[in-house]
Amino acid sequence: MVDGTENDIKPNGNYSSDNNLLIDCKNVDVFYGDKQALYNVSLGINEKEVTSLIGPSGCGKSTFLRCLNRMNDVIDSCSISGNITINGEDIYNPNIDVVELRSRIGMVFQKPNPFPKSVFDNVAYGPRLHGKIADKDEMSHKVEASLVRAGLWDEIKDRLNEPGTSLSGGQQQRLCIARAIAVDPEIILMDEPCSALDPIATAKIEELIDELKTNYTIVIVTHSMQQAARVSQRTAFFHLGNLIEVGDTENIFRSPENEQTEAYVTGRYG
Amino acid sequence: MPNYHGLFVILSSLLPCIIFLIVFISIDGFIKGVIIQNHLPNSLILLGQEEVDFSVSILRNNIHNLQSILSLEILSTDSANSLYNYYFFYRAGFLTLIICITTFLAYLAGKKLNVRFDARRNVEKILKFIFFVFSIVAVLTTFGIILSLIFETVRFFSQVSFSEFLFGIHWSPQTAIREGQVGSSGSFGAIPIFTGTLLITAISMLIAVPLGLYSAIYLSQYARPKVRNYFKPILEILAGIPTVVYGFFAALSVGPFIRSTGESLGLTVSTESALAAGLVMGIMIIPYVSSLSDDVMTAVPESLRDGSLALGATKSETIRKVIFPAALPGIVGAILLAISRAIGETMIVVMAAGLAANLTANPLSAVTTVTVQIVTLLVGDQEFDSPKTLAAFALGLVLFFITLVLNILAMVTVRKYRERYE
Repeated sequence: MVDGTENDIKPNGNYSSDNNLLIDCKNVDVFYGDKQALYNVSLGINEKEVTSLIGPSGCGKSTFLRCLNRMNDVIDSCSISGNITINGEDIYNPNIDVVELRSRIGMVFQKPNPFPKSVFDNVAYGPRLHGKIADKDEMSHKVEASLVRAGLWDEIKDRLNEPGTSLSGGQQQRLCIARAIAVDPEIILMDEPCSALDPIATAKIEELIDELKTNYTIVIVTHSMQQAARVSQRTAFFHLGNLIEVGDTENIFRSPENEQTEAYVTGRYG
Repeated sequence: MPNYHGLFVILSSLLPCIIFLIVFISIDGFIKGVIIQNHLPNSLILLGQEEVDFSVSILRNNIHNLQSILSLEILSTDSANSLYNYYFFYRAGFLTLIICITTFLAYLAGKKLNVRFDARRNVEKILKFIFFVFSIVAVLTTFGIILSLIFETVRFFSQVSFSEFLFGIHWSPQTAIREGQVGSSGSFGAIPIFTGTLLITAISMLIAVPLGLYSAIYLSQYARPKVRNYFKPILEILAGIPTVVYGFFAALSVGPFIRSTGESLGLTVSTESALAAGLVMGIMIIPYVSSLSDDVMTAVPESLRDGSLALGATKSETIRKVIFPAALPGIVGAILLAISRAIGETMIVVMAAGLAANLTANPLSAVTTVTVQIVTLLVGDQEFDSPKTLAAFALGLVLFFITLVLNILAMVTVRKYRERYE
């Protein structure tokens, strides 16, 4: 883990955490073709805590999340302006290696998307890709450790050779988390990771997120305000492409400063 | 539902009418034969069955016109007149019958109609029946073709031994026209022509698979939508060019080019070579590979691609390790379809690879294929029961069997592929 030089800069919002600022976004605008999806978003994300992004559908929270690991590059019509730094390094600098950047930032998607390979190969995919681990035993250790961390090892340790797609939905999602962890990222981005899961599987994932935050910085997009309240330390509320309010989760849900935020978190719209 | 009431009347009166017409047409020849036979003079009948059948078939073809019946001079004027009248009444009677039945049915259907009659559901039943009949026709036709192939093949094997056909290495199907002619005994060893087919198919796949697959990868993964929208139809035009055009392209441009290139390298190349035919056929087959592979790779869920990219894979790593394996069964299906297309291709080979049944693996020599041999066996005047002609059916059956197996393999792999993800 690299210590940034600008750790003393605090993000905007009523910030009360002791943790360091890891990701700093300033004046981010995103366009899909002519349509603007994000308006001048400035948001800081702290190291080793969970930041949740909430807001009604189409408000730009997923777009913002995908800016952080440059997954928006995949979309041809998408253009981004503004400044996003991770550890003080500008990730939209033309000289940056996107592939290396993404290997430092894990991502978990809305729908579990295990590769149609065995459980083992799913987890080993990233390490193999980056050639970090050549030794077979070491790879088995890595896979085991990742699955243990994702809380999946005990359930599927006898099924490592079965296809990842044969697991249940909740197990698949935790497999995807294990797959992301296996690359040793600093940051894990989660795009509505529980929206396709039943309440029991959701509870397990939430528990997992809580454990993971000791080692990783987590940004999670969620539609469930209960989930945001349960798992996150900080919450950012997006509406129509604008960042309306960001702050400690408790404050956002108990005493939001903005009327729109209050209306949303109390369920009056959205 | 006034529309449905009208439709119901039309369907329930016209449909039986059409069925009657079909029955009428199919038994028409038989009835005509019976009428004609009753009019034949005794003197002709005494001449034997063969003569009778011959007269009947001539008369049957001329029965529509009194003048032409007379001009045949088989029947006396009286019996010709009588035959014509009989025929006229028979036909008029049948048509009247059909019109009566149709009108009667229309009347019945019309009587059924009232406010509470559910014409909509009844029309549905009738339409279901129509669709059923049409699908039956398609299936029966297939069975008819297979059965005729099998019967003729059995006849062929009564004259040529099974093992000679399947394992013989000498193919020269000429049978003697006169007794004692040179080379009179045809030999029907099919090995050379099957190896020829194999050789040309292999060459064409060596061209079509890499070109088709790589262009499919480019189109489905790298190309911008705009480029893709132009490139894909252009590529698919290749499949729309008539094979005879490919044929003369192969024979007049590619063949001579390969020969001159080969000669400048000191190789003996015949103008008609397996290489020329295989190359051009490979180009023709590119869209079969590229179009289907493109579709299956585009069908691999975006989420898998994103998942791999988010783990820090490059685009080509993602294609190689995630998209290609996920699409592989579909791609295999596409290639198998392309192979069966290559095996069945005739025109290019006739024009570019020649007719000589050489048993060789040298792509620079002339070879021939199963389909080409079928063409040459059946072109021109033939005795229909000579082994030469019947050999075409045996080859056709084997060919049909091979492509059937390939198609089934393709279908099975494609079906498996659907179960792979999700």
